[in-house]
Amino acid sequence: MTTRQQIRSTKGVSLKHPSGDKRFQILDATMKRHQYQQDALIEILHKAQELFGYLENDLLLYVAHSLKLPPSRVYGVATFYHLFSLAPKGIHRCVVCTGTACYVKGAAALLAAVEQSAQIHAGETTADNQLSLSIARCLGACGIAPAVVFDGTVCGHQTPELVGDRLKEYLGKEQ
Amino acid sequence: MAVKTLTIDDRLVSAREEETVLDAAREAGIHIPTLCYLEGVSEVGACRLCLVEVAGSSKLQPACVTKVAEGMEIQTNTDRLQNYRRIIVEMLFAEGNHVCSVCVANGNCELQDLAIEMGMDHVRLEYQFPDRQVDLSHDRFGMDHNRCVLCTRCVRVCDELEGVHTWDMAGRGSQSHVITDLNQPWGTSQTCTSCGKCVEACPTGAIFHQGSSVGEMVHDRARIEFIATARQKQQW
Repeated sequence: MTTRQQIRSTKGVSLKHPSGDKRFQILDATMKRHQYQQDALIEILHKAQELFGYLENDLLLYVAHSLKLPPSRVYGVATFYHLFSLAPKGIHRCVVCTGTACYVKGAAALLAAVEQSAQIHAGETTADNQLSLSIARCLGACGIAPAVVFDGTVCGHQTPELVGDRLKEYLGKEQ
Repeated sequence: MAVKTLTIDDRLVSAREEETVLDAAREAGIHIPTLCYLEGVSEVGACRLCLVEVAGSSKLQPACVTKVAEGMEIQTNTDRLQNYRRIIVEMLFAEGNHVCSVCVANGNCELQDLAIEMGMDHVRLEYQFPDRQVDLSHDRFGMDHNRCVLCTRCVRVCDELEGVHTWDMAGRGSQSHVITDLNQPWGTSQTCTSCGKCVEACPTGAIFHQGSSVGEMVHDRARIEFIATARQKQQW
């Protein structure tokens, strides 16, 4: 078993990305699947963000060179769409839905509660990198309004107290 | 080569079928105001100053990207259009920080010329006073984002005439701005060849020769046309 694993890993060495970072290998495979087409830029940026968490300048430059696109074009696309982030995100994420139904049901109060307890505004990350706060226009979960997404899980019927408890978990962990 | 006959401001005009309404009007000596349009590079129809009325359609059409058609009836200077154009220019002034008295392009600025043409004696909108940067990192040129009207002329000359695509647009909405490479200081750009075409193409004083003082920045538009003709038609 161990020998087999060793063989596998030695085989893997030759396929490894020069940087030694496996994530680049996956990114390369994605670009290859898109045949390095320039109009696949958005899909590739999605993959890059999924792999690395955010799009740093070196990563954008790498994508630009690989797709033979001007760096300014890649940067322009990455900053045009709100879903792309050029700054690192926190460990935990909180997305408050401010769509019409959630808004009517008190999303503004939820947002204010989060902003107050985390001491950040929407679109920002706490200094200790524990929490990123953002807002969404509509999650399509209007039936359970007001909705908040905690680390990818949609939670319905939220109140400032419920949100506060959850945040205490997130923000209290490092203390 | 088919020839189309159309009416512009009640005058019969003939034009080749691949021409735009703006081309046809200019050939006939009819003036249509433009801002983002630049002879020699592609049209984007972004500034909406060249909007004209086409008979039979309630929608206004940008003259720079509308192809001529047989029997088209066009009005270029109605009260409605004059009103819209003035509002557009006012919005451009309110959106940036355009202070002619301290601008390098004072007296040689297309935005200023348009304001005079539209009879804009004051701006009826609230000034936004956006917080924008000045980039003086390049050896020879400077970029003052306060004076930028986002016409993308620099982006197009850099891409289409010089071919290096140093400039592009970043952000969206009120956060839109032009960038060099990865939004880095112009002087550190790896792609820029310092050819200066963007400087000549800029309609305002946003991109300028360093060392120019108030009113000293004179754009040499003929240079752009010369290079475009040389590149595209092999004629010098």
